[in-house]
Amino acid sequence: MGRSMLDVRGLKKVYEGSGRRVEAVRNLTFTVDAGELVCLVGPSGCGKTTLLKCVAGLLTPTSGEVLLEGRPVSGPPPGMAVVFQEYGRSLFPWMRVGENVELPLRQKPLSKARRRELVADALDSVGLADAAGAYPWQLSGGMQQRVAIARALAYEPDVLLMDEPFAAVDAQTRADLEDLVRGLWRERGITILFVTHDIDEAVYLGERVLVLSASPTVVQEQLTIDLPEERDQLRTRVAPRFAELRTRVYEQVQAAKRGVTAPRL
Amino acid sequence: MKDGQTDGQRDRQTDGQLDDTGPGPTSPPRAERPAAANAALGAAGIVGFLALCEAVSRFGIVSGDYFPPLTRVADALVTELGDRAFWTALGDTLTGWALGLAIAVTAGILAGVVIAVVPFLREATASTIEFLRPIPSVALIPLAVLLYGSELRSVLLLVVYASFWQMLIQVLYGVQDVDPVAEETARSYGLGTWARVRHVLWPTALPYVMTGVRLAAAVALILAVTAELVIGAPGLGQRIAVAQTSQAVPEMYALVVVTGVLGLLINVGARAVERRALAWHQSVRGEVVV
Repeated sequence: MGRSMLDVRGLKKVYEGSGRRVEAVRNLTFTVDAGELVCLVGPSGCGKTTLLKCVAGLLTPTSGEVLLEGRPVSGPPPGMAVVFQEYGRSLFPWMRVGENVELPLRQKPLSKARRRELVADALDSVGLADAAGAYPWQLSGGMQQRVAIARALAYEPDVLLMDEPFAAVDAQTRADLEDLVRGLWRERGITILFVTHDIDEAVYLGERVLVLSASPTVVQEQLTIDLPEERDQLRTRVAPRFAELRTRVYEQVQAAKRGVTAPRL
Repeated sequence: MKDGQTDGQRDRQTDGQLDDTGPGPTSPPRAERPAAANAALGAAGIVGFLALCEAVSRFGIVSGDYFPPLTRVADALVTELGDRAFWTALGDTLTGWALGLAIAVTAGILAGVVIAVVPFLREATASTIEFLRPIPSVALIPLAVLLYGSELRSVLLLVVYASFWQMLIQVLYGVQDVDPVAEETARSYGLGTWARVRHVLWPTALPYVMTGVRLAAAVALILAVTAELVIGAPGLGQRIAVAQTSQAVPEMYALVVVTGVLGLLINVGARAVERRALAWHQSVRGEVVV
Protein backbone atom coordinates (compact mmCIF):
# COMPACT_ATOMS: atom_id res chain seq x y z
CA MET A 1 0.00 0.00 0.00
CA GLY A 2 1.34 3.41 -0.97
CA ARG A 3 0.82 6.68 0.88
CA SER A 4 -2.77 7.83 1.00
CA MET A 5 -3.69 10.63 -1.39
CA LEU A 6 -7.33 11.06 -0.50
CA ASP A 7 -8.90 10.40 2.89
CA VAL A 8 -12.64 10.54 3.36
CA ARG A 9 -13.55 10.31 7.04
CA GLY A 10 -17.04 9.96 8.44
CA LEU A 11 -18.52 12.01 5.61
CA LYS A 12 -22.16 12.92 6.08
CA LYS A 13 -24.31 15.18 3.94
CA VAL A 14 -27.84 16.21 4.79
CA TYR A 15 -29.80 18.47 2.46
CA GLU A 16 -32.16 20.78 4.30
CA GLY A 17 -34.72 22.77 2.45
CA SER A 18 -38.40 23.71 2.36
CA GLY A 19 -39.25 21.62 5.43
CA ARG A 20 -37.70 18.48 3.99
CA ARG A 21 -34.59 16.88 5.36
CA VAL A 22 -32.82 14.41 3.08
CA GLU A 23 -29.87 12.45 4.33
CA ALA A 24 -27.99 11.75 1.10
CA VAL A 25 -24.79 10.37 2.60
CA ARG A 26 -24.79 8.90 6.12
CA ASN A 27 -21.28 7.90 7.05
CA LEU A 28 -18.59 7.28 4.47
CA THR A 29 -15.01 6.43 5.25
CA PHE A 30 -12.46 5.30 2.68
CA THR A 31 -8.97 6.00 1.46
CA VAL A 32 -7.51 6.27 -2.01
CA ASP A 33 -3.76 5.72 -2.26
CA ALA A 34 -1.50 7.81 -4.45
CA GLY A 35 -1.54 6.49 -7.99
CA GLU A 36 -4.55 4.24 -7.41
CA LEU A 37 -7.57 3.92 -9.71
CA VAL A 38 -10.62 3.37 -7.52
CA CYS A 39 -14.14 2.89 -8.84
CA LEU A 40 -17.23 3.73 -6.82
CA VAL A 41 -20.39 1.82 -7.74
CA GLY A 42 -23.76 1.88 -6.13
CA PRO A 43 -27.45 1.74 -6.90
CA SER A 44 -28.82 4.79 -8.68
CA GLY A 45 -29.76 7.62 -6.37
CA CYS A 46 -27.35 6.47 -3.68
CA GLY A 47 -25.59 9.79 -3.37
CA LYS A 48 -22.57 9.10 -5.58
CA THR A 49 -22.67 12.57 -7.07
CA THR A 50 -23.13 14.18 -3.66
CA LEU A 51 -20.08 12.30 -2.41
CA LEU A 52 -18.03 13.36 -5.41
CA LYS A 53 -19.02 17.00 -5.01
CA CYS A 54 -18.05 16.91 -1.33
CA VAL A 55 -14.68 15.41 -2.27
CA ALA A 56 -14.21 18.06 -4.96
CA GLY A 57 -14.90 20.84 -2.47
CA LEU A 58 -17.98 21.96 -4.38
CA LEU A 59 -20.29 21.02 -1.51
CA THR A 60 -19.64 21.43 2.20
CA PRO A 61 -20.28 18.20 4.12
CA THR A 62 -22.64 18.33 7.09
CA SER A 63 -20.04 16.49 9.14
CA GLY A 64 -16.86 14.53 8.57
CA GLU A 65 -13.95 15.64 6.47
CA VAL A 66 -12.07 15.10 3.24
CA LEU A 67 -8.28 15.22 3.29
CA LEU A 68 -6.17 15.68 0.18
CA GLU A 69 -2.59 14.71 0.97
CA GLY A 70 -3.36 15.26 4.63
CA ARG A 71 -4.80 18.76 4.18
CA PRO A 72 -8.52 19.26 4.77
CA VAL A 73 -10.56 20.23 1.68
CA SER A 74 -12.69 23.33 2.30
CA GLY A 75 -13.10 24.57 -1.28
CA PRO A 76 -12.03 23.28 -4.70
CA PRO A 77 -8.36 22.39 -4.10
CA PRO A 78 -5.73 23.24 -6.73
CA GLY A 79 -4.56 19.64 -7.12
CA MET A 80 -7.90 18.27 -8.19
CA ALA A 81 -9.77 18.14 -11.49
CA VAL A 82 -13.32 16.95 -12.13
CA VAL A 83 -14.74 15.40 -15.30
CA PHE A 84 -18.53 15.71 -15.30
CA GLN A 85 -21.06 13.46 -16.97
CA GLU A 86 -22.67 16.33 -18.88
CA TYR A 87 -19.76 17.19 -21.17
CA GLY A 88 -22.02 19.34 -23.34
CA ARG A 89 -22.73 21.66 -20.42
CA SER A 90 -19.31 21.40 -18.81
CA LEU A 91 -17.47 22.62 -21.93
CA PHE A 92 -18.04 26.27 -22.79
CA PRO A 93 -19.67 26.60 -26.21
CA TRP A 94 -18.31 30.15 -26.66
CA MET A 95 -14.72 28.94 -26.54
CA ARG A 96 -12.84 26.84 -29.05
CA VAL A 97 -11.52 23.46 -27.89
CA GLY A 98 -8.02 24.85 -27.29
CA GLU A 99 -9.36 27.78 -25.25
CA ASN A 100 -11.54 25.44 -23.18
CA VAL A 101 -8.51 23.35 -22.29
CA GLU A 102 -6.39 26.43 -21.62
CA LEU A 103 -8.83 28.35 -19.41
CA PRO A 104 -8.06 26.56 -16.11
CA LEU A 105 -4.33 26.98 -16.79
CA ARG A 106 -4.75 30.75 -16.95
CA GLN A 107 -5.52 30.67 -13.23
CA LYS A 108 -2.06 29.20 -12.59
CA PRO A 109 1.24 31.06 -12.69
CA LEU A 110 2.38 29.57 -15.99
CA SER A 111 4.05 31.19 -18.98
CA LYS A 112 2.12 31.42 -22.23
CA ALA A 113 4.53 29.01 -23.90
CA ARG A 114 4.14 26.46 -21.11
CA ARG A 115 0.33 26.75 -21.31
CA ARG A 116 0.42 26.11 -25.06
CA GLU A 117 2.66 23.13 -24.51
CA LEU A 118 0.33 21.64 -21.88
CA VAL A 119 -2.75 22.18 -24.07
CA ALA A 120 -1.13 20.61 -27.12
CA ASP A 121 0.18 17.69 -25.09
CA ALA A 122 -3.19 17.04 -23.40
CA LEU A 123 -5.12 17.19 -26.69
CA ASP A 124 -2.56 14.88 -28.25
CA SER A 125 -2.97 12.39 -25.37
CA VAL A 126 -6.69 12.07 -26.04
CA GLY A 127 -6.20 11.84 -29.81
CA LEU A 128 -7.58 15.27 -30.67
CA ALA A 129 -4.39 17.06 -31.62
CA ASP A 130 -5.99 18.72 -34.67
CA ALA A 131 -9.27 19.78 -33.04
CA ALA A 132 -7.97 22.78 -31.05
CA GLY A 133 -9.54 25.27 -33.46
CA ALA A 134 -13.01 23.70 -33.52
CA TYR A 135 -15.89 24.58 -31.23
CA PRO A 136 -17.00 21.80 -28.84
CA TRP A 137 -20.45 21.64 -30.44
CA GLN A 138 -18.88 20.78 -33.76
CA LEU A 139 -17.58 17.52 -32.27
CA SER A 140 -19.36 14.26 -31.49
CA GLY A 141 -20.30 13.40 -27.89
CA GLY A 142 -17.36 11.07 -27.42
CA MET A 143 -14.96 13.67 -28.76
CA GLN A 144 -16.43 16.32 -26.47
CA GLN A 145 -15.83 14.09 -23.45
CA ARG A 146 -12.26 13.60 -24.69
CA VAL A 147 -11.86 17.38 -24.69
CA ALA A 148 -13.14 17.50 -21.09
CA ILE A 149 -10.60 14.80 -20.17
CA ALA A 150 -7.86 16.76 -21.95
CA ARG A 151 -8.82 19.86 -19.98
CA ALA A 152 -8.43 17.88 -16.76
CA LEU A 153 -5.08 16.40 -17.87
CA ALA A 154 -3.62 19.77 -18.86
CA TYR A 155 -4.43 21.01 -15.35
CA GLU A 156 -1.95 18.38 -14.10
CA PRO A 157 -4.02 17.28 -11.11
CA ASP A 158 -2.85 14.91 -8.38
CA VAL A 159 -6.37 13.53 -8.17
CA LEU A 160 -8.81 13.18 -11.03
CA LEU A 161 -12.48 12.82 -10.11
CA MET A 162 -14.77 11.40 -12.76
CA ASP A 163 -18.54 11.52 -12.25
CA GLU A 164 -20.16 8.90 -14.50
CA PRO A 165 -18.21 10.36 -17.40
CA PHE A 166 -19.31 7.84 -20.00
CA ALA A 167 -22.98 7.47 -19.07
CA ALA A 168 -24.12 9.57 -22.00
CA VAL A 169 -22.06 8.10 -24.86
CA ASP A 170 -22.75 5.05 -27.02
CA ALA A 171 -21.33 1.62 -26.16
CA GLN A 172 -18.45 1.59 -28.66
CA THR A 173 -17.29 5.09 -27.80
CA ARG A 174 -17.56 4.10 -24.19
CA ALA A 175 -15.20 1.13 -24.63
CA ASP A 176 -12.68 3.41 -26.37
CA LEU A 177 -12.90 6.00 -23.61
CA GLU A 178 -12.45 3.34 -20.91
CA ASP A 179 -9.25 2.21 -22.56
CA LEU A 180 -8.18 5.83 -22.89
CA VAL A 181 -8.64 6.46 -19.17
CA ARG A 182 -6.84 3.26 -18.23
CA GLY A 183 -3.99 4.11 -20.60
CA LEU A 184 -3.66 7.67 -19.27
CA TRP A 185 -3.72 6.41 -15.71
CA ARG A 186 -0.89 3.98 -16.37
CA GLU A 187 1.09 6.51 -18.36
CA ARG A 188 0.78 9.48 -16.02
CA GLY A 189 0.37 7.89 -12.60
CA ILE A 190 -2.56 10.12 -11.64
CA THR A 191 -4.82 9.08 -8.76
CA ILE A 192 -8.31 8.53 -10.15
CA LEU A 193 -11.61 8.25 -8.34
CA PHE A 194 -14.14 7.05 -10.89
CA VAL A 195 -17.85 7.06 -10.08
CA THR A 196 -20.11 4.86 -12.17
CA HIS A 197 -23.34 2.91 -11.98
CA ASP A 198 -22.03 0.36 -14.48
CA ILE A 199 -20.65 -2.73 -12.72
CA ASP A 200 -18.72 -4.05 -15.73
CA GLU A 201 -17.11 -0.68 -16.19
CA ALA A 202 -16.07 -0.52 -12.53
CA VAL A 203 -14.50 -3.99 -12.62
CA TYR A 204 -12.82 -3.44 -15.98
CA LEU A 205 -11.29 -0.10 -15.00
CA GLY A 206 -10.58 -0.24 -11.30
CA GLU A 207 -7.77 -1.56 -9.17
CA ARG A 208 -10.26 -1.48 -6.36
CA VAL A 209 -14.05 -1.20 -6.35
CA LEU A 210 -16.01 0.40 -3.52
CA VAL A 211 -19.65 -0.65 -3.44
CA LEU A 212 -21.91 1.93 -1.85
CA SER A 213 -25.17 1.11 -0.15
CA ALA A 214 -28.51 2.65 -1.03
CA SER A 215 -29.21 6.10 0.40
CA PRO A 216 -28.41 7.05 3.18
CA THR A 217 -25.07 5.88 1.94
CA VAL A 218 -22.29 3.92 3.61
CA VAL A 219 -19.51 1.82 2.06
CA GLN A 220 -21.08 -1.62 1.63
CA GLU A 221 -17.97 -3.45 0.54
CA GLN A 222 -14.45 -2.90 -0.78
CA LEU A 223 -13.12 -5.26 -3.39
CA THR A 224 -9.59 -5.47 -4.78
CA ILE A 225 -9.64 -6.20 -8.50
CA ASP A 226 -6.82 -8.69 -9.03
CA LEU A 227 -7.00 -8.68 -12.80
CA PRO A 228 -3.74 -8.27 -14.72
CA GLU A 229 -2.48 -4.71 -15.21
CA GLU A 230 -2.78 -5.06 -18.99
CA ARG A 231 -6.49 -5.09 -19.77
CA ASP A 232 -8.23 -5.59 -23.05
CA GLN A 233 -11.87 -5.08 -24.00
CA LEU A 234 -12.01 -8.51 -25.72
CA ARG A 235 -10.03 -10.83 -23.46
CA THR A 236 -10.42 -9.23 -20.03
CA ARG A 237 -14.19 -9.15 -20.25
CA VAL A 238 -14.44 -12.89 -21.00
CA ALA A 239 -11.84 -13.97 -18.43
CA PRO A 240 -13.29 -16.24 -15.70
CA ARG A 241 -11.88 -13.98 -12.97
CA PHE A 242 -13.65 -10.97 -14.50
CA ALA A 243 -16.94 -12.90 -14.41
CA GLU A 244 -16.39 -13.82 -10.76
CA LEU A 245 -15.60 -10.28 -9.76
CA ARG A 246 -18.50 -8.78 -11.62
CA THR A 247 -20.84 -11.36 -10.06
CA ARG A 248 -19.51 -10.45 -6.65
CA VAL A 249 -20.00 -6.71 -7.23
CA TYR A 250 -23.42 -7.36 -8.73
CA GLU A 251 -24.50 -9.32 -5.64
CA GLN A 252 -23.29 -6.54 -3.41
CA VAL A 253 -25.15 -3.88 -5.39
CA GLN A 254 -28.33 -6.00 -5.26
CA ALA A 255 -27.83 -6.51 -1.54
CA ALA A 256 -27.25 -2.78 -1.17
CA LYS A 257 -30.62 -2.11 -2.79
CA ARG A 258 -32.31 -4.45 -0.31
CA GLY A 259 -30.28 -3.00 2.53
CA VAL A 260 -28.49 -6.18 3.66
CA THR A 261 -24.90 -7.41 3.45
CA ALA A 262 -24.30 -10.29 1.06
CA PRO A 263 -22.26 -13.23 2.39
CA ARG A 264 -18.59 -13.20 1.39
CA LEU A 265 -17.40 -15.50 -1.42
CA MET B 1 -10.84 16.80 -43.91
CA LYS B 2 -12.75 17.25 -40.70
CA ASP B 3 -11.08 20.63 -40.19
CA GLY B 4 -12.01 21.82 -43.63
CA GLN B 5 -15.61 20.98 -42.91
CA THR B 6 -15.77 22.81 -39.60
CA ASP B 7 -14.06 25.89 -41.07
CA GLY B 8 -16.57 26.03 -43.87
CA GLN B 9 -19.37 25.88 -41.35
CA ARG B 10 -17.95 28.68 -39.28
CA ASP B 11 -17.55 30.96 -42.28
CA ARG B 12 -21.15 30.50 -43.23
CA GLN B 13 -22.17 31.15 -39.68
CA THR B 14 -20.40 34.46 -39.40
CA ASP B 15 -22.07 35.54 -42.61
CA GLY B 16 -25.27 34.50 -40.95
CA GLN B 17 -26.80 33.07 -44.08
CA LEU B 18 -26.11 30.69 -46.87
CA ASP B 19 -24.26 32.25 -49.76
CA ASP B 20 -23.93 30.63 -53.15
CA THR B 21 -20.13 30.79 -53.05
CA GLY B 22 -20.07 28.46 -50.04
CA PRO B 23 -18.52 24.98 -50.16
CA GLY B 24 -20.51 22.83 -52.56
CA PRO B 25 -21.23 19.54 -50.85
CA THR B 26 -22.21 20.90 -47.41
CA SER B 27 -24.41 23.82 -48.44
CA PRO B 28 -27.89 22.62 -49.41
CA PRO B 29 -28.66 24.04 -52.87
CA ARG B 30 -32.36 23.93 -52.10
CA ALA B 31 -32.09 26.71 -49.53
CA GLU B 32 -30.93 29.35 -52.06
CA ARG B 33 -33.95 29.44 -54.32
CA PRO B 34 -36.49 30.25 -51.61
CA ALA B 35 -34.14 32.98 -50.33
CA ALA B 36 -34.02 34.62 -53.79
CA ALA B 37 -37.76 34.15 -54.21
CA ASN B 38 -38.37 35.74 -50.82
CA ALA B 39 -36.21 38.73 -51.71
CA ALA B 40 -38.17 39.21 -54.95
CA LEU B 41 -41.47 38.96 -53.07
CA GLY B 42 -40.24 41.50 -50.52
CA ALA B 43 -39.24 43.94 -53.26
CA ALA B 44 -42.60 43.48 -54.97
CA GLY B 45 -44.31 44.23 -51.67
CA ILE B 46 -42.45 47.50 -51.25
CA VAL B 47 -43.13 48.58 -54.83
CA GLY B 48 -46.81 47.74 -54.39
CA PHE B 49 -46.99 49.73 -51.16
CA LEU B 50 -45.33 52.77 -52.75
CA ALA B 51 -47.66 52.56 -55.75
CA LEU B 52 -50.67 52.40 -53.43
CA CYS B 53 -49.48 55.53 -51.55
CA GLU B 54 -49.10 57.38 -54.83
CA ALA B 55 -52.50 56.21 -56.17
CA VAL B 56 -54.47 56.98 -52.99
CA SER B 57 -53.45 60.61 -53.28
CA ARG B 58 -53.52 60.94 -57.13
CA PHE B 59 -57.07 59.59 -57.39
CA GLY B 60 -58.26 61.85 -54.59
CA ILE B 61 -59.21 59.03 -52.21
CA VAL B 62 -57.36 61.00 -49.52
CA SER B 63 -56.91 64.73 -49.83
CA GLY B 64 -53.51 65.66 -51.27
CA ASP B 65 -53.29 68.43 -48.66
CA TYR B 66 -52.83 65.89 -45.89
CA PHE B 67 -51.36 63.07 -47.90
CA PRO B 68 -49.37 64.38 -50.84
CA PRO B 69 -48.43 61.97 -53.62
CA LEU B 70 -45.23 60.10 -53.11
CA THR B 71 -43.44 61.94 -55.88
CA ARG B 72 -43.89 65.24 -54.04
CA VAL B 73 -42.63 63.70 -50.82
CA ALA B 74 -39.60 62.41 -52.73
CA ASP B 75 -38.99 65.92 -54.12
CA ALA B 76 -39.16 67.34 -50.61
CA LEU B 77 -36.77 64.69 -49.41
CA VAL B 78 -34.21 65.59 -52.08
CA THR B 79 -34.52 69.25 -51.08
CA GLU B 80 -34.05 68.32 -47.44
CA LEU B 81 -30.94 66.31 -48.25
CA GLY B 82 -29.44 69.42 -49.84
CA ASP B 83 -30.12 71.55 -46.75
CA ARG B 84 -27.34 71.94 -44.18
CA ALA B 85 -29.90 72.47 -41.39
CA PHE B 86 -31.31 69.01 -42.10
CA TRP B 87 -27.93 67.40 -41.56
CA THR B 88 -27.44 69.36 -38.33
CA ALA B 89 -30.82 68.13 -37.11
CA LEU B 90 -29.96 64.56 -38.09
CA GLY B 91 -26.67 64.90 -36.21
CA ASP B 92 -28.49 66.20 -33.11
CA THR B 93 -30.95 63.30 -33.15
CA LEU B 94 -28.18 60.74 -33.60
CA THR B 95 -26.13 62.36 -30.83
CA GLY B 96 -29.04 62.13 -28.37
CA TRP B 97 -29.76 58.59 -29.48
CA ALA B 98 -26.17 57.32 -29.32
CA LEU B 99 -25.26 59.04 -26.04
CA GLY B 100 -28.47 57.96 -24.34
CA LEU B 101 -28.13 54.40 -25.61
CA ALA B 102 -24.49 54.18 -24.53
CA ILE B 103 -25.34 55.40 -21.02
CA ALA B 104 -28.34 53.06 -20.73
CA VAL B 105 -26.43 50.01 -22.02
CA THR B 106 -23.45 50.59 -19.74
CA ALA B 107 -25.60 51.29 -16.69
CA GLY B 108 -27.92 48.37 -17.46
CA ILE B 109 -25.06 45.89 -17.77
CA LEU B 110 -23.26 47.12 -14.66
CA ALA B 111 -26.43 47.17 -12.56
CA GLY B 112 -27.53 43.77 -13.85
CA VAL B 113 -24.20 42.06 -13.16
CA VAL B 114 -23.87 43.62 -9.70
CA ILE B 115 -27.42 42.56 -8.80
CA ALA B 116 -26.63 39.04 -10.02
CA VAL B 117 -23.35 38.71 -8.15
CA VAL B 118 -24.53 40.14 -4.80
CA PRO B 119 -27.18 37.65 -3.60
CA PHE B 120 -29.46 39.82 -1.46
CA LEU B 121 -29.63 42.67 -4.00
CA ARG B 122 -31.92 40.68 -6.27
CA GLU B 123 -34.71 40.37 -3.70
CA ALA B 124 -34.08 43.89 -2.46
CA THR B 125 -34.43 45.47 -5.91
CA ALA B 126 -37.05 43.28 -7.59
CA SER B 127 -40.15 45.17 -6.42
CA THR B 128 -38.60 48.59 -7.05
CA ILE B 129 -37.68 47.57 -10.58
CA GLU B 130 -41.17 46.23 -11.21
CA PHE B 131 -42.61 49.56 -10.04
CA LEU B 132 -40.28 51.89 -11.96
CA ARG B 133 -40.10 49.91 -15.19
CA PRO B 134 -43.70 50.35 -16.40
CA ILE B 135 -43.66 54.16 -15.98
CA PRO B 136 -43.82 55.43 -19.56
CA SER B 137 -40.81 57.55 -20.31
CA VAL B 138 -43.00 60.24 -21.94
CA ALA B 139 -44.69 60.77 -18.57
CA LEU B 140 -41.36 62.24 -17.47
CA ILE B 141 -41.44 64.98 -20.13
CA PRO B 142 -42.65 67.65 -17.67
CA LEU B 143 -39.89 66.69 -15.26
CA ALA B 144 -37.29 66.82 -18.02
CA VAL B 145 -38.47 70.29 -19.06
CA LEU B 146 -38.42 71.51 -15.46
CA LEU B 147 -34.93 70.19 -14.92
CA TYR B 148 -33.16 70.94 -18.19
CA GLY B 149 -35.50 72.98 -20.42
CA SER B 150 -35.15 72.06 -24.07
CA GLU B 151 -31.50 71.06 -24.03
CA LEU B 152 -29.88 67.79 -25.05
CA ARG B 153 -29.95 66.72 -21.41
CA SER B 154 -33.76 66.61 -21.52
CA VAL B 155 -33.61 64.21 -24.45
CA LEU B 156 -30.97 62.13 -22.68
CA LEU B 157 -33.08 61.83 -19.53
CA LEU B 158 -36.00 60.38 -21.49
CA VAL B 159 -33.88 58.16 -23.75
CA VAL B 160 -31.85 56.75 -20.86
CA TYR B 161 -34.91 56.12 -18.72
CA ALA B 162 -36.72 54.22 -21.46
CA SER B 163 -33.80 52.11 -22.72
CA PHE B 164 -32.20 51.42 -19.33
CA TRP B 165 -35.06 49.14 -18.26
CA GLN B 166 -35.00 47.25 -21.56
CA MET B 167 -31.33 46.59 -20.92
CA LEU B 168 -31.55 45.78 -17.22
CA ILE B 169 -34.39 43.27 -17.59
CA GLN B 170 -32.53 41.39 -20.33
CA VAL B 171 -29.28 41.35 -18.35
CA LEU B 172 -31.14 40.07 -15.29
CA TYR B 173 -32.66 37.23 -17.31
CA GLY B 174 -29.30 36.51 -18.89
CA VAL B 175 -27.31 36.21 -15.68
CA GLN B 176 -29.94 33.82 -14.30
CA ASP B 177 -29.36 31.48 -17.21
CA VAL B 178 -25.89 30.30 -16.10
CA ASP B 179 -25.69 26.52 -16.34
CA PRO B 180 -24.95 24.99 -12.92
CA VAL B 181 -22.62 22.43 -14.50
CA ALA B 182 -20.63 25.18 -16.24
CA GLU B 183 -20.50 27.10 -12.96
CA GLU B 184 -19.32 24.03 -11.04
CA THR B 185 -16.73 23.29 -13.70
CA ALA B 186 -15.37 26.81 -13.36
CA ARG B 187 -15.33 26.58 -9.57
CA SER B 188 -13.65 23.17 -9.56
CA TYR B 189 -10.83 24.59 -11.68
CA GLY B 190 -10.30 27.35 -9.15
CA LEU B 191 -11.73 30.26 -11.16
CA GLY B 192 -12.38 33.17 -8.79
CA THR B 193 -15.43 35.43 -8.81
CA TRP B 194 -14.04 37.83 -11.39
CA ALA B 195 -12.84 35.02 -13.68
CA ARG B 196 -16.27 33.37 -13.45
CA VAL B 197 -18.03 36.64 -14.27
CA ARG B 198 -15.77 37.12 -17.25
CA HIS B 199 -15.63 33.58 -18.63
CA VAL B 200 -18.98 32.06 -17.61
CA LEU B 201 -21.53 34.67 -16.56
CA TRP B 202 -20.80 37.23 -19.27
CA PRO B 203 -20.79 34.84 -22.27
CA THR B 204 -23.98 33.22 -20.94
CA ALA B 205 -25.67 36.60 -20.62
CA LEU B 206 -24.36 37.90 -23.94
CA PRO B 207 -27.27 36.67 -26.11
CA TYR B 208 -29.67 38.44 -23.73
CA VAL B 209 -27.47 41.52 -23.68
CA MET B 210 -27.58 41.61 -27.47
CA THR B 211 -31.37 41.37 -27.48
CA GLY B 212 -31.44 44.13 -24.88
CA VAL B 213 -29.21 46.37 -27.00
CA ARG B 214 -31.41 45.81 -30.05
CA LEU B 215 -34.61 46.63 -28.15
CA ALA B 216 -33.00 49.56 -26.35
CA ALA B 217 -31.66 50.98 -29.63
CA ALA B 218 -35.16 51.01 -31.13
CA VAL B 219 -36.74 52.52 -28.00
CA ALA B 220 -33.97 55.11 -27.76
CA LEU B 221 -34.72 56.39 -31.28
CA ILE B 222 -38.45 56.63 -30.53
CA LEU B 223 -37.79 58.61 -27.37
CA ALA B 224 -35.18 60.86 -28.99
CA VAL B 225 -37.62 61.88 -31.73
CA THR B 226 -40.51 62.18 -29.26
CA ALA B 227 -38.51 64.44 -26.97
CA GLU B 228 -37.53 66.72 -29.84
CA LEU B 229 -41.08 66.78 -31.13
CA VAL B 230 -42.73 67.58 -27.81
CA ILE B 231 -40.07 69.54 -25.93
CA GLY B 232 -38.56 71.22 -28.96
CA ALA B 233 -35.01 70.11 -28.35
CA PRO B 234 -33.01 70.45 -31.58
CA GLY B 235 -33.21 67.47 -33.95
CA LEU B 236 -35.35 65.74 -36.56
CA GLY B 237 -38.38 65.69 -34.27
CA GLN B 238 -38.30 69.45 -33.85
CA ARG B 239 -37.92 69.84 -37.62
CA ILE B 240 -41.01 67.67 -38.13
CA ALA B 241 -42.95 69.87 -35.70
CA VAL B 242 -41.81 73.02 -37.52
CA ALA B 243 -42.76 71.54 -40.91
CA GLN B 244 -46.18 70.64 -39.56
CA THR B 245 -46.92 74.07 -38.08
CA SER B 246 -45.78 75.81 -41.26
CA GLN B 247 -48.02 73.62 -43.44
CA ALA B 248 -45.03 72.12 -45.24
CA VAL B 249 -46.77 68.74 -45.51
CA PRO B 250 -44.46 67.01 -48.07
CA GLU B 251 -41.42 68.09 -46.02
CA MET B 252 -43.06 66.68 -42.90
CA TYR B 253 -43.59 63.32 -44.61
CA ALA B 254 -40.05 63.38 -45.97
CA LEU B 255 -38.71 63.78 -42.44
CA VAL B 256 -40.96 60.99 -41.16
CA VAL B 257 -39.53 58.75 -43.88
CA VAL B 258 -36.01 59.66 -42.70
CA THR B 259 -36.81 58.61 -39.12
CA GLY B 260 -38.24 55.35 -40.45
CA VAL B 261 -35.08 54.67 -42.44
CA LEU B 262 -33.01 55.45 -39.34
CA GLY B 263 -34.98 52.90 -37.33
CA LEU B 264 -34.50 50.31 -40.05
CA LEU B 265 -30.74 50.90 -40.26
CA ILE B 266 -30.39 50.72 -36.50
CA ASN B 267 -32.18 47.38 -36.40
CA VAL B 268 -30.17 45.93 -39.29
CA GLY B 269 -26.94 47.15 -37.67
CA ALA B 270 -27.85 45.69 -34.29
CA ARG B 271 -28.67 42.33 -35.87
CA ALA B 272 -25.36 42.26 -37.72
CA VAL B 273 -23.46 42.95 -34.49
CA GLU B 274 -25.50 40.25 -32.75
CA ARG B 275 -24.70 37.63 -35.39
CA ARG B 276 -21.01 38.41 -35.24
CA ALA B 277 -20.78 38.32 -31.44
CA LEU B 278 -22.88 35.17 -31.09
CA ALA B 279 -21.46 33.02 -33.88
CA TRP B 280 -21.10 30.22 -31.30
CA HIS B 281 -24.68 30.42 -30.06
CA GLN B 282 -27.40 27.93 -31.02
CA SER B 283 -29.62 30.64 -32.44
CA VAL B 284 -26.93 31.70 -34.90
CA ARG B 285 -24.85 28.60 -35.59
CA GLY B 286 -27.78 26.61 -36.96
CA GLU B 287 -27.59 22.90 -37.66
CA VAL B 288 -24.28 21.23 -36.94
CA VAL B 289 -23.01 18.35 -39.05
CA VAL B 290 -20.95 16.04 -36.85
